[in-house]
Amino acid sequence: MKYRSAFDIIGPVMIGPSSSHTAGAARIGRVARTLFNRLPKKAVISLYGSFAKTYKGHGTDVAIVGGLLDFDTFDERIPTSLKLAEEAGMEIVFSVEDMVPDHPNTVKINLYDDNGDLEVVGISIGGGTIEITELNSFKLKLSGEHPAILVVHNDQFGVISAVTQIFANHEINIGHMEVSRKEKGKMALMVIEVDQKIHQNVLAEIEKVPNVTQIIRMVD
Amino acid sequence: MFRNVAELVELAEKKQVKIAEIMIQQEIEVTGLSREEIIAKMDRNLTVMEQAVERGLKGVTSVSGLTGGDAVLLQNYMKTGKALSGNILLDAVSKAVATNEVNAAMGTICATPTAGSAGVVPGTLFAVKEVLNPTRMEMIEFLFTSAAFGFVVANNASISGAAGGCQAEVGSASGMAAASIVELAGGTPSQAAEAMAITLKNMLGLVCDPVAGLVEVPCVKRNAMGASNAMTAADMALAGIKSRIPCDEVIQAMFLIGQSMPSALRETAEGGLAATPTGRRLEAEIFGKKE
Repeated sequence: MKYRSAFDIIGPVMIGPSSSHTAGAARIGRVARTLFNRLPKKAVISLYGSFAKTYKGHGTDVAIVGGLLDFDTFDERIPTSLKLAEEAGMEIVFSVEDMVPDHPNTVKINLYDDNGDLEVVGISIGGGTIEITELNSFKLKLSGEHPAILVVHNDQFGVISAVTQIFANHEINIGHMEVSRKEKGKMALMVIEVDQKIHQNVLAEIEKVPNVTQIIRMVD
Repeated sequence: MFRNVAELVELAEKKQVKIAEIMIQQEIEVTGLSREEIIAKMDRNLTVMEQAVERGLKGVTSVSGLTGGDAVLLQNYMKTGKALSGNILLDAVSKAVATNEVNAAMGTICATPTAGSAGVVPGTLFAVKEVLNPTRMEMIEFLFTSAAFGFVVANNASISGAAGGCQAEVGSASGMAAASIVELAGGTPSQAAEAMAITLKNMLGLVCDPVAGLVEVPCVKRNAMGASNAMTAADMALAGIKSRIPCDEVIQAMFLIGQSMPSALRETAEGGLAATPTGRRLEAEIFGKKE
């Protein structure tokens, strides 16, 4: 069963005109903002496929920037987000790409400020549903619909079991999990989606696990 | 969990409850939320729909300038008393148009089941409301009944134009609305399923061919005709007319038709109305491209 809830059918509440090109685009922008965890100084937004062809008419541009300003799909400030971003001091650069992506609705978002940068690739698969497919060139598959955390760690034995043990101790069920690394023994990433809200004390415990370097809370 | 329309109807008849109630009970089971929370959530969606119709009936214009103002024209025409197809039907049509005009103008809407097909369910609901005088709770139930039928289509066929053409979007919305109208008017669960089947049969094969790739032409008028189709099918089912092909088999046919539809007719703006000389000219004007 692809769809499970009545609100997948009657919903989401959103700013028009397209559930995939507007609501989905806003959601990808907002996930990028959540991952960056602060207002970026500069955002470079690269559009591919159908996003590249029709982004102006669909408001894909203002939707993504709205997401970067932490607006939800139904926020009425979305149509004016370009102006609001400028007022907030965020520089926006759009780049329309010719490369044919795996999915027709693909966007790459690069965020920058003095403290760091972040690269997120997302796809909008229909009806407002999205997937994050890449984070800082790590491949992943994240829906953004369930509470999730990303754990950056050193690629050493025992880290994964230590982290999952903490979830077990707190009786939190893991619905989806994936691990990836760029190179053996170097930086690695765990993506963990769970069924219920992850409390701060759980995150604090995970932070203390040896070889864990960073935790990013995705969705509450 | 019900997997098809036959199981949905059987559950409602066995428990002697409305189809809306089966959907609410399943939602409680799946999400773990309380009945009150689930009802309150749908109540908020209903409020969004009311506000969208209200805004559209005042007149809006889309960003591209392709759509807007037709809901007002239709309401003014109804006031002349000369309408041939009756004011309840035209009220449904105009309110469906109003919702989609607001959607095209980047206003707030509730996807039912998608943004491009967001007019049909609220349009018909707010028109029959004038005749049947439902309570707020009955209007919320109307949306849960729509959700139940849409849920079956989404899981057994598709609600995405890119996957199954417009039959999957406006087609699904019309079937959902027809079933809900029947239930609100006091019809049985099987009559609701007949209305869904009759509607979908007349939406089979409808292509998704938006001009310039925008959710405007022909989407707004497809919502108008979808609302009209739903109203007529609901009346037919309430009159006791049955579909010779069972609802689940119609949904299966819709799925297979969607699969065999060429990609030019599935939300790529490469075929159908999008590829007509006027469609191409409008596209060039909007995006400033060379023809």
